[in-house]
Amino acid sequence: MTTTAIESAPRDKNTTRDHMDVVIVGHVDHGKSTVIGRLMADTGSLPEGKLEQVKAMCAANARPFEYAFLLDALKNEQAQGITIDTARCFFKSKKRNYIIHDAPGHIEFLKNMVTGAARAEAALLVIDAGEGVQENSKRHGYMVSMLGVKQIAVLVNKMDIVGYSQDTFNQIQDEYLTFLDRLGVHPTAIIPVSARNGKNIITYAEEMPWYTGMTVLDQVDAFQKLRDDSAKTFRMPVQDIYKFTAQGDDRRVVSGTISTGVIKVGDEVLFLPSGKESVVKTIEGFNLPQQSEAVAGQATGVTLTAQIYIKAGELMCKKGDPQPLVSRRFRANLFWMGRAPMIKEKQYKLKIGATNVPAELADVISVLDASELSTVESKQQVDRHDVAEIIIEARRPVAYDRRNDLEPTGRFVIVDDYEISGAGVILDEVGDDESVMMEQIREREFTWEIGHISGEKRASRNRNQGKLIVLHGVYGCSKRRVAKRLEQVLFEQGYHTYYFGISNYFEELDHDNRVREMGRELHLQKLGDLARVMADAGIMLITTVADADDFDLDNLRRMNEPNDLFVVNIGENVFTSFPIDVQLQYRPDVEMAVKTIINKLRERQILLD
Amino acid sequence: MDQIDQLESKSIHILREAYREFKSLCMLWSIGKDSTVMLWLARKAFFGHVPIPLVHIDTAFKIPAMIQYRDEMALKWGLNMIYGQNIKALQEKKTFPDGAIDRLSCCKALKSEALKHTLSGEWDRWRLNHTSGQYEVDKNREPYTGVIVGVRADEEGSRSKERYFSPRDKESDWDVDDQPPELWTYYKTDFAPGSHVRIHPLLDWTELNLWEYIEREKIPVVDLYFDRGEGTRYRSLGCMPCTTPVESTATTVSEIVEELRSGKFSNVAERSGRAQDKDDGGGLETLRRGGYM
Repeated sequence: MTTTAIESAPRDKNTTRDHMDVVIVGHVDHGKSTVIGRLMADTGSLPEGKLEQVKAMCAANARPFEYAFLLDALKNEQAQGITIDTARCFFKSKKRNYIIHDAPGHIEFLKNMVTGAARAEAALLVIDAGEGVQENSKRHGYMVSMLGVKQIAVLVNKMDIVGYSQDTFNQIQDEYLTFLDRLGVHPTAIIPVSARNGKNIITYAEEMPWYTGMTVLDQVDAFQKLRDDSAKTFRMPVQDIYKFTAQGDDRRVVSGTISTGVIKVGDEVLFLPSGKESVVKTIEGFNLPQQSEAVAGQATGVTLTAQIYIKAGELMCKKGDPQPLVSRRFRANLFWMGRAPMIKEKQYKLKIGATNVPAELADVISVLDASELSTVESKQQVDRHDVAEIIIEARRPVAYDRRNDLEPTGRFVIVDDYEISGAGVILDEVGDDESVMMEQIREREFTWEIGHISGEKRASRNRNQGKLIVLHGVYGCSKRRVAKRLEQVLFEQGYHTYYFGISNYFEELDHDNRVREMGRELHLQKLGDLARVMADAGIMLITTVADADDFDLDNLRRMNEPNDLFVVNIGENVFTSFPIDVQLQYRPDVEMAVKTIINKLRERQILLD
Repeated sequence: MDQIDQLESKSIHILREAYREFKSLCMLWSIGKDSTVMLWLARKAFFGHVPIPLVHIDTAFKIPAMIQYRDEMALKWGLNMIYGQNIKALQEKKTFPDGAIDRLSCCKALKSEALKHTLSGEWDRWRLNHTSGQYEVDKNREPYTGVIVGVRADEEGSRSKERYFSPRDKESDWDVDDQPPELWTYYKTDFAPGSHVRIHPLLDWTELNLWEYIEREKIPVVDLYFDRGEGTRYRSLGCMPCTTPVESTATTVSEIVEELRSGKFSNVAERSGRAQDKDDGGGLETLRRGGYM
């Protein structure tokens, strides 16, 4: 037998120790790594022999031993003498287990610092008593608070260098607290320490009798666990919808990680932005007893009583709860890490909740110099390491919350050229009236010079109006066969029509992917522009579209104004608000389908005889 | 939710994200406890199914019980099981056990090189045929662009710098100096053609967490981890010539948990029985930059 069946006692919840993620930040060389090295060594958290190994390595290289070397496990990092990444260090106190994210202080590595801080529940911010408050002391203070870390302890380090002077400490304390106060940040503690000499780290320093607060270790233990997100409004970004058919499994599981709140069997739920509704039938799991609820933080999945057509990327909410906002535009605070600046009229990828959509920078309201807290209003781009208040415009509506209402669903990132380049928090929604897209349409119409032939004249000679005819349905529903036959019949009857087949390429792309292709959004945009010209020229442009929603059709109609849209839906009707002109069953008889469509076109007086 | 629940949910979230975003995805299964827990987490994430192929790099020097356990589980759980191997080095006997090269070069040839060419599809891959129970050369030669790996941040220095989604260039190289930012629930899932992304769902777990989870979920693990009467057991599994068992009389998962929590191993590094680490200056860095897991 090569496997072992495990007999174990029922799990005692009390034996699993409490756990917390803490980030340590500060200006380069202010001694972060030494603080962690000390905490690890003095709490007995180092693996046996590690201290000796590093000491031996120092001796072999004729370098004096420093606690910081414990962390600088990578060779090139030791060569440079600075922390280049977020290293995770594990240490334990009597109270709980910690992961300390050692974030680099160098401005070049700010994206690494952000990575560390975004994982943390509390922060230690280190300032060198000799050098005082530096640029990154301020920048990091701002970043940590923007990233949502609420508990901050400031450590004034290297007190040995300034002779443990209370005056020096007070001076730095005043300067830094004044700065943080302007950000609305109130640190939990400010502690004078000498990490190198182990002063006020886990034991009090005789050299600083004037300090009466907690030691670093006591302060870290005093940080509170904040994660009570289950009491908040329910939100779950739908990460995926699984239907694995192996072994006769017929469940269709709407899956994701609950960001806030609790969901129970029987709850009425709503998916946004589509607006589809259903009721939770079961809460699914593997190797688990039957569950009746799932809570914030849990990666779970539900089945629904009514089969509704939804895709990954929607935000699942509870009916009757305060609803998230749904819009294409929002105002946000953004921190930019990309090498190239964020500029207007360039397409980026917005990742928000579980969805990815193309998006543009619509406006720069102000750019903040994070170290000086001065505001620049004239700037029209966001440079590397800038913090800016901006307006983002997504190509399709997204569902989100204001950061101040519900933090986890109010956060997003911007991807530029394969890289996460911006991180942001949403302040509020912005109406669509001023959108870049509407502006483009207005501009197009304004520069559109009309000839001597009116639309009516053209229609009466052609015996048909110009129109965009969209056949919509899932992959394999026969919409292409119907579309091509429709073109043929209309042509033979002497009408002006054209079948436009480019959509097929995107359909096949989409069929393979559970995620919407970015190119598809652009394709729909181009289709709208093309239809506007063709319809104006008096032609009935026939095309097929798969997997559209209300927004897509609305958008096509808007792009195509004043010529409007004629929609034939084949198979399940997935639209909640957009009116469908002809509804056909899945894989209809082609001749019958064409006949039905032509009758409707006559009735609507698109065909004029 | 306790800490283990949190770790489990985070790992599931990462697995689902990988499955959603990567078309050509695989999971490395070394047969050790870490990647076996990861496989279990995949069954959790996908409600009992494992819709991702599992890739094992077989150095041919693995402890035989590992291969037996691999094939038993693959058949039992209906896994899409694939293995790759550096046939040339083995045929030419250019290995450490053959006395031809040192440990590090051997690791590089039998693991890093084999992995690189197996992932890229340049070398043959063998797929388990569930009807015959035998392995056959896989017709699919598509490179894997997403590779799920069970490394943990607490194992050693270079792994503590890893991201959950960590890009590798065309040569499988890891640019540790310039890693992408990763924040909240957003990861690097976009990648340039030719490059691939390593995905690390277990990054935040410790060795103790893993055993606590194995205990709670009753996950079957290979019995080399337990003392079978000789007063020794393996704490970390690798190739036979380079892995030595540790002295321990732990025969059950709860005894291992106890040993790690407060017993004899609570302060001893896990990979202390792995010889190649020592040859690499204690850091594994040379190996990892060149594509080692």
